[in-house]
Amino acid sequence: MSNAAALDMPHATRDVVASVRNVTKVYRLGGEDVHALAGVSIDFHQGDFVAIMGSSGSGKSTLLNLLGCLDRPTTGQYFLGGNDVATLDDESLSRVRGRYLGFVFQSYNLIQQLSVVENIAVPLAYQRPINPDGPDLCLRLAKLVGLSGRLGHRPNQLSGGQQQRVAIARALVNNPHVILADEPTGNLDTATSIEIMDLLDALNNAGRTIVMVTHEPDIAARAKTVISLRDGKIASITQNDKADG
Amino acid sequence: MNLFQQLQLGFRSLLLHKLRSALAVLGILIGVTAVIWLVALGEGVSYQAQQQIKNLGATSVIVRTVKPTEETNREAGSRSGISYGLLREDYDRILANVPTITKAMPMREINREVRNGEFALDATLVGCTPDYFDINRLAIDRGRPLSAADMEYLDNVAVLAFEVAQKLFPIEDPLGRAVQIGEEFYVVIGVAEQRTASAAIGGSLAARQYDKDVYIPLSTFRARIGDQVITVRGGTFQNETIELNQITAVVNDMKAVDSSADIIRDLLSRYHKSIDYAVVVPKELLEQAETMRTMFNVLLLLIAGISLLVGGIGIMNIMLATVTERTREIGIRRALGATKGEIVQQFLWETVVLSGTGGLLGVAVGFLCGPTVTLVRTTIAELFPEVWRTLPPNIRDLEPLLAPWSIAAAFGISVGVGIIFGIYPAQRAANMDPIEALRHE
Ligand SMILES: Nc1ncnc2c1ncn2[C@@H]1O[C@H](COP(=O)(O)OP(=O)(O)OP(=O)(O)O)[C@@H](O)[C@H]1O
Ligand SMILES: [Mg+2]
Repeated sequence: MSNAAALDMPHATRDVVASVRNVTKVYRLGGEDVHALAGVSIDFHQGDFVAIMGSSGSGKSTLLNLLGCLDRPTTGQYFLGGNDVATLDDESLSRVRGRYLGFVFQSYNLIQQLSVVENIAVPLAYQRPINPDGPDLCLRLAKLVGLSGRLGHRPNQLSGGQQQRVAIARALVNNPHVILADEPTGNLDTATSIEIMDLLDALNNAGRTIVMVTHEPDIAARAKTVISLRDGKIASITQNDKADG
Repeated sequence: MNLFQQLQLGFRSLLLHKLRSALAVLGILIGVTAVIWLVALGEGVSYQAQQQIKNLGATSVIVRTVKPTEETNREAGSRSGISYGLLREDYDRILANVPTITKAMPMREINREVRNGEFALDATLVGCTPDYFDINRLAIDRGRPLSAADMEYLDNVAVLAFEVAQKLFPIEDPLGRAVQIGEEFYVVIGVAEQRTASAAIGGSLAARQYDKDVYIPLSTFRARIGDQVITVRGGTFQNETIELNQITAVVNDMKAVDSSADIIRDLLSRYHKSIDYAVVVPKELLEQAETMRTMFNVLLLLIAGISLLVGGIGIMNIMLATVTERTREIGIRRALGATKGEIVQQFLWETVVLSGTGGLLGVAVGFLCGPTVTLVRTTIAELFPEVWRTLPPNIRDLEPLLAPWSIAAAFGISVGVGIIFGIYPAQRAANMDPIEALRHE
C-alpha cells in the first residue's frame, strides 16, 4: 500500500505501476483451445505511453482487458498497486478498476441519459470513501478537455471527438494509475484523432501512464513505446524517439 | 451514491420510457387501490352490521314467533285455524325462571290500515309495553311514549312513527288527535323520531323497518284486536292465533347472556311441541359478525394479493426489457468500478421507484374511496330514483371506512412486490460479463 500511496501522485519517476508475468489466456471453443495470450510478461512504468499493435486476433484486446481487470488470466500474475490481482474475486476486481484504472473506449461508451458532467462523475459513485471534491473535480476536468461550455449536453448532442474528450475526462476523475485505451481514435477522422492524441500526449507529459491499443501506425508513433503482438506473444518492443521522456 | 441520488437516478431512467413506466405504475396503483377500497367497503359493511347488532342490545336475548312448517302445525281447534308461536305463559315463565333478567318486553304486531279522515296507510300495528322505546333505542320526537297507566287502563292511545305521522297528518299537529284503526279510534300521544331500518342479520333476524309503525299498549291490543288474525288467501279464509310475536329479555350482564339464552331455550323447548319460535342472541351475532369480518378481510387480502402479483409481473417484465436495453450502460458502470452489488442496487432502486410511485398514487386514490361512494350513491339516487328505492338499506347507508392498516399494508406490499420482482432482473444485470456487456450493441 505504501507503493500505491506513492503512485497516487504521478511523477516522472520510473516506478513500476503495472506488471504482468507469464500471462496466458486460453478460450475453450467447442473442445478446442484458443490461446489468445500465450505467455506475456511486461512491466509498465510510471509515465509510460505504450501503444500495443498487432494484426487482428493477435490478442491486443485480450491483453488490454486483463490489464483492465475486466478479465482474469488463465495462468500468470498481474501486479497492480503492489498486489497480485490475477486471482481476485469479482468484487475486488471491481474495486481495483474503480481505484487504479481509467478506461477510454473506441466507441466512447458514454451513458446516453446522463449529461457531460454527470458522465464524468460516474466513476466517483463507486469510490470508497466518497471524494468530497468530486463535483469540483468534474468541472476542472471538463475544462481540461475543453468542454466547459457543454456541461449540460447529452452525448448525442456532441461530436465523436467531443464524446471521446468526455470519456478521457471520465477516465481521469478517479486519478488512476494507468489509463487504458482500446483504439481511442478508431471511430474518429484524422484531424480529430490528432486532437485526441494531443490530449493524451499532454496527459502523459503531466505524468500519466497510458496503455493504448491501436491499428494505425501514425497513432502508435505518438506513443513512447510500441509493443507488437503476434499470436498471443510479444513479437517486438520498440522505443520511439521522442524529444521528451 | 446516497439515497437521494439513487432515487433520482431511478426516476430519470424510468422517465426515458414514460408510457412503459406509467403502465407498470398503473398496474401497482390498481392493486393498491383495490386493497384499500375493498378493505374500506368491508370495514364499512361490518361496522354497519355491528352497529345494528349493538342497537338490538348486546345484553338482550330476543325470542320471536316463527310460523312452523305445515306438517308440524300445532292444531288447536282445527276448524278455527291454526295457533302457534309464543304464549303469554312463556313470557311469565321466562320472567319467573331466569333470575338474570332485568327487563322483559312482550310484543305483538299485525298489519292494519290506519286512517285519519281521507289520509290512510297500511301500518304495522305494534302492541308493546313502555319498555319497547327504551329497549329499541327509539327516541320520542314529540309528545310522550306509552306509559304503565296506558297499559293498566287499556287506553286507546297510540305513538306514531315519524313517517306515519307525516303521512296521516301532513299539515296539523297529530298530538291529541285521533287515528282510526278498524272500528276503533286511538288518540295520538306521541311521535317517535326517525329511525333507520335494521338489516336482516345472519338469516336469524329479518330486516325491521320502523317507518310504518304505530305503537299501542299491548293490553289494549289484546282487548281490541285480539289474538286471532283472519286473512283471505286464494279465496279461502285463513285463521291464525298468535299470542305474542316477540319477547325481548334484557339481562344484567354481558357474561350472563349465553347462560340466560340457554335457560330460555330449555324452557321453551319443554312447553312447545313444534319449533314455532327462534331465539336470537345479538351478542352471538356480534361474535359471528367479527369472525365474518376476519374471513372477509383475509379474502380481500387474497384478491388484493393477486392483483399486486399481476402488477409485480408487469414490473418484472419492464425491468427485464430495461436491463436488456441498458446492457451497454451496465458494462460501462462495471468497467468504471461498480460491483455486482451496486448494479443490483441500482436496478432495485429503479423498481422500488416504480412500485413505490404506484403505491403512493394508489394510496392517494384509495383516499378517494369515500367521495367516490358518495358520488355513485347520489348519482344513482338522482338519475334512477326507482332503482335507489329498491336497494336494501344497508347498501343505501353504506359508508366505507378507511382502515389505516390497509393503507400501510397496501403501500408496504407494493414496495415489497417491487423488490421481489425486481431482484431477478437486477441479478441478471449484475451477472452480465462486463466485456460482453461493453461489446453489446
Ligand atoms: N470471449 C472469447 N471467446 C473465445 N475466443 C475469444 C474470445 N475473445 C477473444 N477470443 C479469441 O482470442 C483471440 C484474440 O482476440 P482479441 O480480441 O484479443 O484480438 P485483437 O487483437 O483485439 O483483434 P482485433 O484487432 O480484431 O480487435 C482471437 O482469436 C479471438 O477469436
Ligand atoms: Mg480488439
